Amino acid sequence: MTTTLKPSPQGDLSADLRGAQLPSWAPKAIAALAGVVAVAGWFTGLGPVRGIILAWLIAACLPLWSVMIEGKRKATDRLVTLLVVSAFGLAVIPLVSILASVIGKGAQALSAEFFTYSMRNVVGEGGGIYHALVGTLLITSAAAVISVPIGLFTAIYLIEYGEDGRLASSIRFLVDVMTGIPSIVAGLFAYALFVIFFGEGVRMGIGGSVALSVLMIPVVVRSCEEMLKLVPNELREASYALGVPKWRTISKVVLPTALAGIVTGITLAIARVIGETAPLLIIAGMTDSVNFNLSEGRMATLPVFTYSSLMQPGVPPEPSIERAWGAALVLLIIVMVLNLLARLVSHYFSPKGER
Amino acid sequence: MSSNTELEPAAKAPPQRPGDRVFRGLSLGAAIAILATLAGVAIFLTAEGIPGITASPDEVKSGESFLPYVTPLVFGTLWAAFLALLIAAPVAIGVALFISHYAPAKLAQPIGYVIDLLAAVPSVVYGAWGMVTLAGAVRPLYEWLEANLGFIPLFAGPASATGRTILTAALVLAVMILPIMTAICREIFLQTPRLHEEAALALGATRWEMTRLAVFPYARSGIVSAAMLALGRALGETMAVAMVLSASGVVTLNLISSTNPSTIAANIALSFAEASGKTVNVLIATGLVLFVITFVVNFAARAIVNRRKEFDGAN
Repeated sequence: MTTTLKPSPQGDLSADLRGAQLPSWAPKAIAALAGVVAVAGWFTGLGPVRGIILAWLIAACLPLWSVMIEGKRKATDRLVTLLVVSAFGLAVIPLVSILASVIGKGAQALSAEFFTYSMRNVVGEGGGIYHALVGTLLITSAAAVISVPIGLFTAIYLIEYGEDGRLASSIRFLVDVMTGIPSIVAGLFAYALFVIFFGEGVRMGIGGSVALSVLMIPVVVRSCEEMLKLVPNELREASYALGVPKWRTISKVVLPTALAGIVTGITLAIARVIGETAPLLIIAGMTDSVNFNLSEGRMATLPVFTYSSLMQPGVPPEPSIERAWGAALVLLIIVMVLNLLARLVSHYFSPKGER
Repeated sequence: MSSNTELEPAAKAPPQRPGDRVFRGLSLGAAIAILATLAGVAIFLTAEGIPGITASPDEVKSGESFLPYVTPLVFGTLWAAFLALLIAAPVAIGVALFISHYAPAKLAQPIGYVIDLLAAVPSVVYGAWGMVTLAGAVRPLYEWLEANLGFIPLFAGPASATGRTILTAALVLAVMILPIMTAICREIFLQTPRLHEEAALALGATRWEMTRLAVFPYARSGIVSAAMLALGRALGETMAVAMVLSASGVVTLNLISSTNPSTIAANIALSFAEASGKTVNVLIATGLVLFVITFVVNFAARAIVNRRKEFDGAN
């Protein structure tokens, strides 16, 4: 666990100046011992939790050993190194646990029927997530159609027109604040807005898109702004020097240069909102049937489907809970694929001169 | 003065082409649309919320007037978010330090990706995980806490049989805010001037002493604002709490019993589907309260970040 400690560069030369030292193999040896104990504990019936705790206690012997030989300062240093490495280990545990439970419980639900059937007239086993997939795709694409132009043009305003003016800096600040709007408040906003036009109890897909846009626009603005900032000023000036108008400079020189970064940012923004549950629960509602019409009636989405199948499983509960984990797995795969795509785009298509 | 008049023709704006005007108008319009949206959020929530605040007790489902209704929720929201931050902050600082100063350079970036993966997991998946996997896993821990630390009011118990307590919800929230706090702290730690670090090391400091002397003082305000941004996230997070917590609208500091305070966001998510009439307005009004709380927290966090930017010039 402590293999990241670098061996002291001074070596034996300064040993008498610096007092006694632990041998340079000590951290590695302790880490190896802890690892062996953890694995052994796992297989001898102690279970993973006790095995890890035991291994950590063994690793904690390194600072103790150090305080006896090297003194307090070095021992503190080794203790902090141990704590920092443990913090990372601690952060990985939930990730592994989440992936294990979602894949372990969701994989068995996946089948051809699961993707091609809705839940209409399904009681007990069978049925699928077709209606939720349709809803998620429609609502998220509509949200992207609203957010991308607004977000991109705002970023263009901030970088190309407003620069450091008062309007631009206050917009920058408000976009930052907007990033912090809780998702449920965005849902309530969409409801409060639509209720004025359509009356009480309104539920429609486009409302979900509006709510998601409130969450998505600030993300798009921030990432596009960062990308436009990276475009070298020389390119703009070269274009102006050729007599090209500003708007053609932006659309033909600045945007193409930043395209890879912009696409990455938009993909990440979509990945962020596609998993949002709370606003859709408020304004898009839940239904068992396929609904292709964004402006008419309730619309099922993957996150809300997961939520409601888990919280109101009906009788018998098992098939519904299995479908919930299946939907969670599909959602997780969609989000991970979008993230991967974003990384690939930025890796392969960004301008090479910057590196 | 005369030089000014001579420069005038050269400084004159280039001929305005229609395309330019349209493009400028579009981008200005988009920027103003954002202002309008933010104002709209405040205005519409207020407009729909005020009838809820003034509603009389017999018009709403809970049978309470607004203030007694919202107080336990505000308490639950702040309490859960505070607990989450308390758990997440040390881990986030540790992970950020690991990535920025401890991990081998080659590993640092992949490790950053792994932590970012945590941010990509949808909240409903966190909720499902917390409700099923985590709640089951922490039950023995809660029984142990009740048996051995029961004299502390926090762990007075009786330990919940389902494990779905406020502490479990706070643990899930902590995992959810970990990536954002780690990401910000990591950025700030990486900005520490290299010379400060090397100067500390040259004076014989160990790596930890270098961190304490050079990295932390430089990063202090950044850590505070990262914590506040994370707090803002935790305050507004809905699904994890709604799914994990079995709430009963009480005000208690007991972390492990089966009676827990709910949070504003979770309460809205759980009650909205069945609400009608003035009850909807009450829920929207609680949403307004949540909006104000998160707005203040985020505002303060951003103000700290911006003030820090001004300091940077002097460094």
